[in-house]
Amino acid sequence: MKVGPFRAMRLILRRELSLSFRRPDQLLQPLMFFLIVTTLFPLALSPELSLLRDMAPGVLWVAALLSSLLSIDSLFKGDADDGTLEQLALSGHSLSVIVIAKTIAHWLVSGAALVAMSPLVATALGIPAGAFATMMFSLALGTLTLSWLGAIGAGLTVGLRRGSVLLSLIVLPLAMPLLIFGASATDRAIGGQSPAGALYFLAALCVFTSTLAPLAASVALRITLE
Amino acid sequence: MGGYARFVWPSISFALAVLIWNVWSARRHHARALTRAARAVAMARSEES
Amino acid sequence: MWTWFYRLASPPYVYRTAAALTPWFFAGAALMIGYGLVDGLAFAPPDYQQGDAFRIIYVHAPSAWLSLFAYTLMAVAGAIALIWRIKVGYAVAAAAAPIGASFTLAALVTGSLWGRPMWGTYWAWDPRLTSELILLFLYFGVISLRQAFEDPARGDRAAALLGVVGVVNVPIVHFSVTWWNSLHQGGTVMRLGKPEMPGSMLWPLLAMLAGFMFFFGAVLCMRVRGEVLSRERQSAWVREAVIS
Repeated sequence: MKVGPFRAMRLILRRELSLSFRRPDQLLQPLMFFLIVTTLFPLALSPELSLLRDMAPGVLWVAALLSSLLSIDSLFKGDADDGTLEQLALSGHSLSVIVIAKTIAHWLVSGAALVAMSPLVATALGIPAGAFATMMFSLALGTLTLSWLGAIGAGLTVGLRRGSVLLSLIVLPLAMPLLIFGASATDRAIGGQSPAGALYFLAALCVFTSTLAPLAASVALRITLE
Repeated sequence: MGGYARFVWPSISFALAVLIWNVWSARRHHARALTRAARAVAMARSEES
Repeated sequence: MWTWFYRLASPPYVYRTAAALTPWFFAGAALMIGYGLVDGLAFAPPDYQQGDAFRIIYVHAPSAWLSLFAYTLMAVAGAIALIWRIKVGYAVAAAAAPIGASFTLAALVTGSLWGRPMWGTYWAWDPRLTSELILLFLYFGVISLRQAFEDPARGDRAAALLGVVGVVNVPIVHFSVTWWNSLHQGGTVMRLGKPEMPGSMLWPLLAMLAGFMFFFGAVLCMRVRGEVLSRERQSAWVREAVIS
């Protein structure tokens, strides 16, 4: 029975989500990693809140990038190992459909949860509550963009046995503009300035990767799978 | 070099070292490919005979 | 009309042409770099602001230019190979990567040696230096990805795709880094390379640029020959080339 691309996307999305909710430990691990990394910085730098506040946007963003990368490694791996991915590829749908569904599922599970948890970490780092809205919005855009970039990297390294360090090596340079705009939007919101400029750039990057990354990631999957 | 010699000469030398490294490694790269190709040809011949 | 294109894509033709071109490129490189170095280091007048320290530009600017040129060439060759399934493109892309990475390193080192007398520090988070550093990371990614695959054909294709993704990213990185730096440091950062330059300073620089390009052509030809050879190990023309 042939279904349309949007229905196929919804089905894969639902499957991915129910799979990840069945294994809550994998869902929670990146979040715990995010918490622990942000705890490292006050210990390493200084418990002084005024000093932490200057560092907070950077700390938050670096931790978000790393924890998001940590979970993207397994984006295609499980399905590639047990042959599900090949079955999906044989279903007659474009690989992009599969990539889009899986990436959005990844973002819903890791990125959105991270955004929801960020006010907690932000309070601990001394970010004023007035900046929460900007911070959460920028993190939402940023983690989605990172999921797209990570999907390209995960597609390229899916066939490799030890691909996770290589994945970071590939994706982190691509994610550097993201870090710049995201941290500066948060920084400006803390300083009481308008973060609009940085947010526009973040949104532009998000739209740009959302349109091109599914294509690139599906080409990558085809290269490593065939 | 007007007091800047200790910055100018190291940069020139480093750039020249990069040029030399490029020639050396390109030569070695080609030589290795050649020996490997020769080995493949020799193996194919010994299988034929 | 398209025969030249197909000939260009034929490995034995590329192998022979690259061999024939190499000495000419080396001759051009020796001539231009020789003249540029002598004229630039000995005869060009010192800069009125930077004194003799500006002479670093004669190796810094060509290296920085080559670092970008090699990356673009690598991405274009990879894209051609991916789209039209022309295998020689992979050989060119694989050959360009280490050369480009080495010149990126040269641009970084000479840039920081220039920065010490000008800025008072070896490393400033100047937009150009920072984007050059990120470019080096992009090179590392492409080179490591190619090596990570046991099947060279797969490594070629994966690295080509990453190169294409990276080349889209290079202007974004440069723009974002410039924006970021202007936000944090204001207009205090000195710009490397001035827009207007008297001819006595400019001619050696242009000669060095041309010389580095010739040099790149020469080592690229040598490396392409190696890459073509190792990719075509099983074919008949390689047998003949090896035996003769």
